[in-house]
Amino acid sequence: MSKNGTGRRRSELLVPLTAIFVGLLFGAVLMILTGTNPLTAYAALIRGCFGSWADLSETSVYVTPLIFTGLSLAIAYKAGLFNIGAEGQLIVGMVAAAIVGVAGTGLPRIIHLPLTIISGALAGALWGAVPGYLKAKLGVHEVVNSIMMNYIALYLSHYLVTGPIKDPKVIAPYSREIADSAKLTRFFGGFGSSYRFNSGIFIAVAAVVVIYLLLYKTPLGYEIRAVGNNPDAARYAGISVSRSVLSSMLLAGAMAGLAGAVQVCAIQYKFLDLFAFEGFGLDGIAVALVAKGNPIGVLGSASLFGILQRGSQMMQGIAHVPKQVAGIVQAVVVFMVAAEGLTEGWLRIPGLVRRRLAGRSGREDAR
Amino acid sequence: MGETALGAPVLEMKGITKRFPGVLANDGVDFTLLKGEIHALLGENGAGKSTLMKILYGLYMADAGSIRVEGKDVEIREPNDALRLGIGMVHQHFMLIPQFTVAENLVLGAEPTTGGVFLDMKAAIKKVKQVSEHYGLAIDPTARIMDISVGMQQRVEILKALLRGAEILVLDEPTAVLTPQEVAELFTIMRNLRERGKSIVFISHKLKEVTEISDRVTVVRRGRVVGSVQTSTTTVDALAGLMVGRAVELVVEKGPSNPGDDVLVLQDVYALDQRRLPAVKGVSLTVRGGEILGIAGVDGNGQNELVEVITGMRRATSGKVLLKGTDITNWDPRRLSGKGVVHIPADRHRHGLVLDFTVAENMVLQTYYKPPFTRGTSLNWDAIRHEARRMIEEYDVRTPSEDTRAGSLSGGNQQKVIVARELSRSPELVVAAQPTRGLDVGAIEFVHSRLVKARDEGKAVLLVSLELDEIMALADRIAVMYEGVIVGIIDRDEATEEQLGLMMAGAAGRGGR
Amino acid sequence: MTFDAQTIKYLVIDILASTIPLATPLILAAVGGVFSDRSGVVNIGIEGMILIGSFTGVLTSYYTRNPWLGFLMAGLSGCLTAWFHALASIKYKANQTVSGVAVNIMATALTGFLLKAIFDRAGQTERVVKLARWTIPVIKDIPIVGEIIGSGPPPVYIAFIVVALAHIVMFKTVLGLRIRACGEHPEAADTAGVNVALIRYGCVMMSGFLAGLAGGTLSLGELSLFKEGMSAGKGYIALAAVIFGRWTPVGAMWASLLFALADAIQLIAQNWGFTLIPQEFMLMFPYVVTMAALAGIIGRSTGPAASGKPYVRRGV
Repeated sequence: MSKNGTGRRRSELLVPLTAIFVGLLFGAVLMILTGTNPLTAYAALIRGCFGSWADLSETSVYVTPLIFTGLSLAIAYKAGLFNIGAEGQLIVGMVAAAIVGVAGTGLPRIIHLPLTIISGALAGALWGAVPGYLKAKLGVHEVVNSIMMNYIALYLSHYLVTGPIKDPKVIAPYSREIADSAKLTRFFGGFGSSYRFNSGIFIAVAAVVVIYLLLYKTPLGYEIRAVGNNPDAARYAGISVSRSVLSSMLLAGAMAGLAGAVQVCAIQYKFLDLFAFEGFGLDGIAVALVAKGNPIGVLGSASLFGILQRGSQMMQGIAHVPKQVAGIVQAVVVFMVAAEGLTEGWLRIPGLVRRRLAGRSGREDAR
Repeated sequence: MGETALGAPVLEMKGITKRFPGVLANDGVDFTLLKGEIHALLGENGAGKSTLMKILYGLYMADAGSIRVEGKDVEIREPNDALRLGIGMVHQHFMLIPQFTVAENLVLGAEPTTGGVFLDMKAAIKKVKQVSEHYGLAIDPTARIMDISVGMQQRVEILKALLRGAEILVLDEPTAVLTPQEVAELFTIMRNLRERGKSIVFISHKLKEVTEISDRVTVVRRGRVVGSVQTSTTTVDALAGLMVGRAVELVVEKGPSNPGDDVLVLQDVYALDQRRLPAVKGVSLTVRGGEILGIAGVDGNGQNELVEVITGMRRATSGKVLLKGTDITNWDPRRLSGKGVVHIPADRHRHGLVLDFTVAENMVLQTYYKPPFTRGTSLNWDAIRHEARRMIEEYDVRTPSEDTRAGSLSGGNQQKVIVARELSRSPELVVAAQPTRGLDVGAIEFVHSRLVKARDEGKAVLLVSLELDEIMALADRIAVMYEGVIVGIIDRDEATEEQLGLMMAGAAGRGGR
Repeated sequence: MTFDAQTIKYLVIDILASTIPLATPLILAAVGGVFSDRSGVVNIGIEGMILIGSFTGVLTSYYTRNPWLGFLMAGLSGCLTAWFHALASIKYKANQTVSGVAVNIMATALTGFLLKAIFDRAGQTERVVKLARWTIPVIKDIPIVGEIIGSGPPPVYIAFIVVALAHIVMFKTVLGLRIRACGEHPEAADTAGVNVALIRYGCVMMSGFLAGLAGGTLSLGELSLFKEGMSAGKGYIALAAVIFGRWTPVGAMWASLLFALADAIQLIAQNWGFTLIPQEFMLMFPYVVTMAALAGIIGRSTGPAASGKPYVRRGV
């Protein structure tokens, strides 16, 4: 029994690690096939992330939204749901923050900044609540509805930024810049500093702690986890399944909405028209999967994928390897973590080889 | 059963062994089926009967052992192999597609075609009609499965096997879902098939049915064959002894009951089942403090729905449920729980436990939000663990620690977790549905003694069981449920198995509501 | 502008004539989705399979100057991509949504990577030989109808043939019966001797093949080049069409046409300068009606009972 337990824990770590290794290996093979030295490329990737204070600062900018969307997916995962809708929740979060960031001009910062961020979270929560409600009340699978909600968010934001909230002073489809009182602090230099390292990452880390406490130390988290594991037993025990489903989707949406709000308040200062999804929501899937839905693990895996993405940008500049390597590695990781059985099969290969070798040497000894 | 002219062996299974994680389901099982016999495979739930037959049908691979069909060694890797060898199976859970018609279900996997590609439904319907007439099993080929009765669905399953040319027919617990009339019909069909030279394996744990229909009986206990006899040379008592491996009667030590006030009162309760058909049709009964009321009946006569109404899992469409005089009709489970209604559900994996939670987490499944387990806004893990350790101790749950996953415990210990949790919540009313299903003898005795203890402490206990023995051993009064109605309530001391059997079969009972 | 009969006629013809080519990739991908879903495997990866198909088609046509070979390779590359999804979902019992997402991430990244590695360009490839338009002799002479479907890129006609074939396979053949059985009750199919895994592999790969053709339609039928991210959510609209079309090929076709019509109205309205309904709301149409259909507001849509669930023979 206890052996079983440790085996479970062992593979919980080993599967993601193997997946990441195989992903990097796969990327390397592609580079060799297209005529680049993967070692140079990966070295450039690392240097691009940690080479200087400026690089580190930029890396943090990449990591921050992934923590939020990773958390968003993780909460839903714990409730037995798949929040593929983080993408759309993030968009409405950005839009809401962009609106409140402008509308609240004149308010003191201590009110305006939290208000802006919270409005982003609320918009995301609202967007997440729709598939959550449909799941809770009508039993409609959340995945398809979440995808639909993503596109509705995309087109809605396009409508708003080309019309009602467009900055009339520019031709490009931008919303007006938010007031300084709604901007998050950039630590090196003022709001215009080129070091974009900002207090958003602290909000993200705080969110990790809050979500961890919520899931494991509160009755609500207990309910969400019970429903995620066995909704029937939860119902028999008097736990309201629909309330848990709805509250987890609200929370998941709020996290994704926070990601959007922080992007607006710390990086963009306005809503820029999107021509396609930014992909933070999809990245969140990879982040949450590798972390197995554990909020603390999200911190680690978000850092990993953030580094990969920031690094791949730099890699493209320095080693002329297309930055898409990051996406390829990510896809391999997601695939391998999903097909856990496949990865576990690969994990056994070293053992098999060793046994095969041992067997052969054994026979040789016998001869 | 007169002319038991037994033929040559059509099927020989030798030394079959099958291991599942943590369970030795079959341990060197030998089984021989003769041409033209009805051979009962008898054993308690979880004894390994179904596993053996699933191996025969290619749904599982045996870890060891051999199978011979009509004298030839065979290897059965998948259902197709079994079908080719003339082995047909009627599964306990029907393998029918509700949205398909009878004919579509019947021909699936061996469809008549035009041009080898196109489905020839006319030919299919004709073929179905032919076979059903040949065996005297009338059926409408164009009806959809979702629209026909359970008895009819079973008929489709039998036809499915016959249509594939089955010579060996395995019926897995076929009577569990049937009404007594349907059981009688099934037995007629089985005898009919025997006369036509088919060999039938009848899997059951019901002694009376086995002695009624079978020519020979093989008894399985804990994955091993403990005996194989001619039915005519044995008795119910002897078979029961073999089956459970101890004295026939379940004996539970208990003194006379000392009933107090009415605790649970049902007044003319009606409820619908999953398919929105009436399942509980005007049930009225009373359970007093300090007594165990047993509800006996064949599976599917509304007992589950009745339990669900009492525990708040299903709406009563009319009628009243009173607990100590308070109207608790259609209260939600949490409110009921607060009122002292506790529930040991029939399906412990689905309804009783969160298998991925630890034992400690499972112990507070209803009470986690109350002090001392929640203080302010946060869970108090020290209090939860402490309480879990206390219950583990008191109820003798064999677990490495309170932090062990519930899913990794044995069935008996899982049930102890549930019993501990429910009985520790200072109940007024204990609703126990099938509380010992699939447990070993030790665990059964434990659960029984705890229910009696609850009774002696003055609680009202409502016991629902499909095992008449269990009802007879535990109950102080017995209510028999048939087709959604309580057909009679009698004192245990006045009850006989024969009388209860008659009532369960729908023959008018006595006593009133 | 005045709305005389002539203007309205032009408007209608204009809208319908743009609807059909817009619907074509949706129809192909949605029919594929019907197969996959009906067999019990949800295919979120259609989007990625379209993208892979459109890239492979252009790549093949670039090297061989044979657009038909390109179109075929588009299908086959989609099929190969689908094999990965099938392997994960069927053999390794992976979460089908996650596996489909992996396909989509991979498709975006891989096509972007290869675009730079092979064509050394960002954004889009150079132009390649595309499929020559077909003109249908008799139909082209019929008034109005001829103007709408008298001539067009070959995939348009192929798509309608695919719908007819798919309908026959699904509802008139033995294979179709078995496919539907696997999606509704795989255990029943298994015990009746149907090879559930084989059927599911076949259907997922067929879905990939058709999604690949949908990609080929985008890159070789309409345009003559590959653009990064050119699937632009068509895979998800196809998914919506599967649901709105109640999991039948013909239904999926009508749903695709309806969604394409909304798109066409939006495009034409832009061209003609109408602003009555903002174009974004027309673009939202497929998503909103699909949600409504799922919620039971417009009829009731329930999918195959076992869709999305890996099939494992039950334990003890």
